[in-house]
Amino acid sequence: MTVSSNDLSPVTQSAVARFLDSDIVYSFKQSKVTIVAAIVTLLMMCGAFFAPWITAQNPFDLATLDLMESLMPPVWMEGGEARFPLGTDGQGRDIFSVILYGSRLSLMVGFSSIILAGAVGISLGILAGYVGGRTDAIIMRIADVQLTFPSILIALLIDGTVHSLFPQLIREDSAFWVLVLSIGMSFWVQYARTVRGSTLVERNKEYVQAARVIGVSTFTIMVRHILPNVLGPVLVITTINLALAIILEATLSFLGVGIPPTQPSLGTLIRIGNDFLFSGEWWITFFPGAALATLALSVNLLGDWLRDALNPKLR
Amino acid sequence: MITFVLHRLWQAIVVMAVVALLAFTMFRFVGDPVNQMVGIETTPEQREIIRESLGLNDAVIVQFWSFIKGAVQFEFGISYQWKKSVSDMIFSRLPATMELSLVSAVFSLIIAIPMGVYTGLNRNSVLSKFFLSISLIGVSLPTFLIGILLIYLFAVQLHMLPSFGRGEIVDVGGWTTGFLTVSGWKSLILPAFTLGLFQMTLIMRLVRSEMLEVLRTDYIKFARARGLPSRIVNFGHALKNTLIPVITITGLQLGSLIAFAIITETVFQWPGMGFLFVEAVRDVDIPIMSAYLLLIAFLFVTINLVVDILYFVVDPRLRVSGKE
Amino acid sequence: MFKRILLAGVAATLMASSASSETLKFAFQGALKSLDPYTLNETFTLGTLGNVYEGLVRRGPDLDIQPALATSWEVVEPTRWRFHLRKGVKFHNGNDFTADDVVFSATRVRSDGSDLLTRIGKDVKVVKVDDHTVDFVLTGVNPILHFEWATWAIMDKEWTEANNATKVSDASSKEENHAAFNANGTGPFTIQSHDVGIKTVFQKNDAWWDTPQHNLDTVEFTPVGSDATRVAALLSGDLDMVYPVPVQDLKRVDNNADTRALTGPELRTIFLGMDQIRDELIYSNIKGKNPFKDLRVRQAVYHAINIEAIKEKVMRGLSTPSALMISPKLFSESDGFERLAYDVDKAKGLMADAGYGDGFEVGMDCPNDRYVNDEAICQAVASMLAKVGIKINLNAQPKSKYFAKVLKSGGYDTSFYLLGWTPGSLDSWNVLSNLHGCRDLEGNGAPFNLGGSCSKDIDALSAKILGENDQDVRNALIKEAYTISTNEVHYVPLHQQGLAWGVNNNIELKQRADNVFMFYYVNKK
Repeated sequence: MTVSSNDLSPVTQSAVARFLDSDIVYSFKQSKVTIVAAIVTLLMMCGAFFAPWITAQNPFDLATLDLMESLMPPVWMEGGEARFPLGTDGQGRDIFSVILYGSRLSLMVGFSSIILAGAVGISLGILAGYVGGRTDAIIMRIADVQLTFPSILIALLIDGTVHSLFPQLIREDSAFWVLVLSIGMSFWVQYARTVRGSTLVERNKEYVQAARVIGVSTFTIMVRHILPNVLGPVLVITTINLALAIILEATLSFLGVGIPPTQPSLGTLIRIGNDFLFSGEWWITFFPGAALATLALSVNLLGDWLRDALNPKLR
Repeated sequence: MITFVLHRLWQAIVVMAVVALLAFTMFRFVGDPVNQMVGIETTPEQREIIRESLGLNDAVIVQFWSFIKGAVQFEFGISYQWKKSVSDMIFSRLPATMELSLVSAVFSLIIAIPMGVYTGLNRNSVLSKFFLSISLIGVSLPTFLIGILLIYLFAVQLHMLPSFGRGEIVDVGGWTTGFLTVSGWKSLILPAFTLGLFQMTLIMRLVRSEMLEVLRTDYIKFARARGLPSRIVNFGHALKNTLIPVITITGLQLGSLIAFAIITETVFQWPGMGFLFVEAVRDVDIPIMSAYLLLIAFLFVTINLVVDILYFVVDPRLRVSGKE
Repeated sequence: MFKRILLAGVAATLMASSASSETLKFAFQGALKSLDPYTLNETFTLGTLGNVYEGLVRRGPDLDIQPALATSWEVVEPTRWRFHLRKGVKFHNGNDFTADDVVFSATRVRSDGSDLLTRIGKDVKVVKVDDHTVDFVLTGVNPILHFEWATWAIMDKEWTEANNATKVSDASSKEENHAAFNANGTGPFTIQSHDVGIKTVFQKNDAWWDTPQHNLDTVEFTPVGSDATRVAALLSGDLDMVYPVPVQDLKRVDNNADTRALTGPELRTIFLGMDQIRDELIYSNIKGKNPFKDLRVRQAVYHAINIEAIKEKVMRGLSTPSALMISPKLFSESDGFERLAYDVDKAKGLMADAGYGDGFEVGMDCPNDRYVNDEAICQAVASMLAKVGIKINLNAQPKSKYFAKVLKSGGYDTSFYLLGWTPGSLDSWNVLSNLHGCRDLEGNGAPFNLGGSCSKDIDALSAKILGENDQDVRNALIKEAYTISTNEVHYVPLHQQGLAWGVNNNIELKQRADNVFMFYYVNKK
């Protein structure tokens, strides 16, 4: 092993330099599709995040809605108004505003459930892989049982169960957390399995064994040494699962067990808009549908690229 | 060999037992079953009589035991909403779901394998990139949206295909099939395509990455070095080697298909088990929910078990480690 | 073996194609949950079973009462009604229809588990005079005794007993009830097959006692829950008739070359109700008192509703704003009543006077698959009330969960709700006794008065109305009761929703205002 000269320079700087010089960045620059996908994703996330400052109307505030302004077409069609560039829905909500607010909700559900799934999955995965033995067996059997059911089924079951156990919950307050729980708990297994696999490999490496010999605590080893080494695959899973979570949220809302219509997410918007498909008010379902597809597609493209970039075999 | 099979069998039984416990917990503790059953006029005394007659006052362990006894015979009592035997209802809808899942599995294989092979062989061609991007759209558009669009296009605008249901069905010894009538086949097209799209993407990408891996192996390189024509190398050697994992995954995915049919069946009003399940979730019809849960679990476990055992038979390396 | 399967398939295909010429295919948004005519008191179930089972009387296309299984009836004493039964009528299985069947059906419809307990009072005695004459002995005068009997189906005593179905198929039964999945009526159609939740096939009854006005051989019913799918199936010609058509799609159905939309005012009244009985609302940020007990708050809610906007935008013109809790078709003196005007400023003023100038929050319960655009109406109401300071937390659910929560069985677990009501007898007494009577917290009293409003005067009037035979006096009493309820704002009536049927142009039929679809008016070209 040779010692390079910039070993003495600040660690961060070298890390940034190394990152910019890395294969990942190179392959990113090479793929035009990925760049476009990244820009679109970034734009949509910014739009969602800054929605209150961008939009003219807060569509979640019922007092700002006027029923008489409902069902207006997009601005370029006859009867459209500049105030509502993409038209209004059946309750007088500005479609453009409600898409931004809806994406915000969809993204929040997506991120929260992925964080939940990741937190549960990674900790259990490391635990199973590092401790092994009976702990491993129990955790992986639970994972097996859960893997028996597809995410949609688990999410439906959790939703149904929570709402029957707590019928007093007003949906508006609880729907968000029920969704996060449903989606999050249907995704953790994948994390656990991947992380467990990587942990098994890392556990037997010399540096971990060395750390153990000099008396570093198990917890520290798991967090400081093993965790950083399993993050690559975790990143790939996260990106792909984010897209899946957004679609799953939309699907659940479409099946009527998701977000209620007074504060619609993209999926709820599509469900509502679906009622207007035959009557000619296509914009109520088309724009939210397009927004959802664009968002999911961009995130998927990023995940796809990331998987290839991080997989040395395919290079 | 026998130890291995027994071991896997034992695991399968444990998994089923855990799922059964889950199903029972739901059955017993989610919502008040009596409340779901009775009408407005029922007095507390009448409710107590119903509780007693349903055995809800027995010890929980006794109830669990009778639940297990019923479940083994696939007996889940009467649906709250339909007042009909749950097993009858599920089995009368089983053929619809099975036919839909089967057709969409076959369909996705037929389309996905050639596409996967092509993109694997021609990694950098424009068409490959196009296929890959198209297939991503397949997983990025939610199933229900695709279904609605297809109905709008092919049923309403073009009047080419039916918009819902199974068409004319024929009862063959208790199994209702749409395979024997023209309208049955026509009704299958849109739902099967909708359901198969996701699988198609999955299989195409799997074939592609398997092809890429196999093409890198020494044995293919040697075959090429020996001067075999690339057609024989690509299809005779490479594709053959990728097919085993593809078939395995397709088999394993059959369970997923059946479960994901929930959405497709809802959009197309396809009278299968998934549709029944969604309605049951809406109506809090717990017997149907827990029966469906157990049935899906059973299907998955069986498929997994069969695949495991087949692998064991096919792959000699596993046989060695199995003896350990 | 394979050959046999193939043959069976071919035979089935042939049968299917030859029968399709006179087959009517129709869809409704909900399923036919039970074939037992006493299990569920619901318009669609009872209406559809009305093609298979018949009552002593029936309702014609204009809802006039016509003789059916009874040819005539008279009031022999004020509390004794005599019904003369039709002779020579046979049930579908060939059994004769006699007085025994009527007595049996009267017992069964009042037994535990029946959902139709209101058809005949518990204290009414049903006496067989001879094989074709039955007397009903009442404990008090009741001029509207037979008003709900078009949906009281007469069942065959022998058939029901032979199949162990004397008990009404109800919740607690652990076994399937024969009557829930099979039918044996006297009506113009028999049940050929009943695949629960999927498809029900009706077949023409050649032995029907009346002359058929229809030309159908078979009728196929499919429940199609999704609005879009239902409309798509009509537009593409897969179905001959669907209902309800979502109001926004009526134009499309009408503009389509092969289909037309049939609309008209329905009898059902949609209204808002408020919890006026509890001392503190279950779902509100106001603690220690109940704002809805204050008349001014109820008036403010009323004044805040822009009913014309709901009519134009949500209902697309297909609704009749209503000042009363009953359709004007069912009460001749409705003209004297007017809605409280839409006036946001006045509503704000009333809120301030009542001490809620800063507004308050309240949870609202709403079904989302029961009435025409119910969820959209609730959303619109929520945004209208937001403008006068009432913040609504909307809880829109499928009807099964909604009713389980807000009705008596759920403990009237609601603070503010949307409901619809059609009086089964098509008479005001039903509305007064079910929706306006006082009740206590346990629900003793008017069972469907979910908000628990109470006026002793209305209770007294309603008792008088029941025993009054003179039509003019009766109407005056009803008007007095409605005046009290309107002044007190016990409810906020919204509108009568419209009928919306979509029909293929090759179908001729008659549309009844109670939204019941009778096959025996259908002719297919």
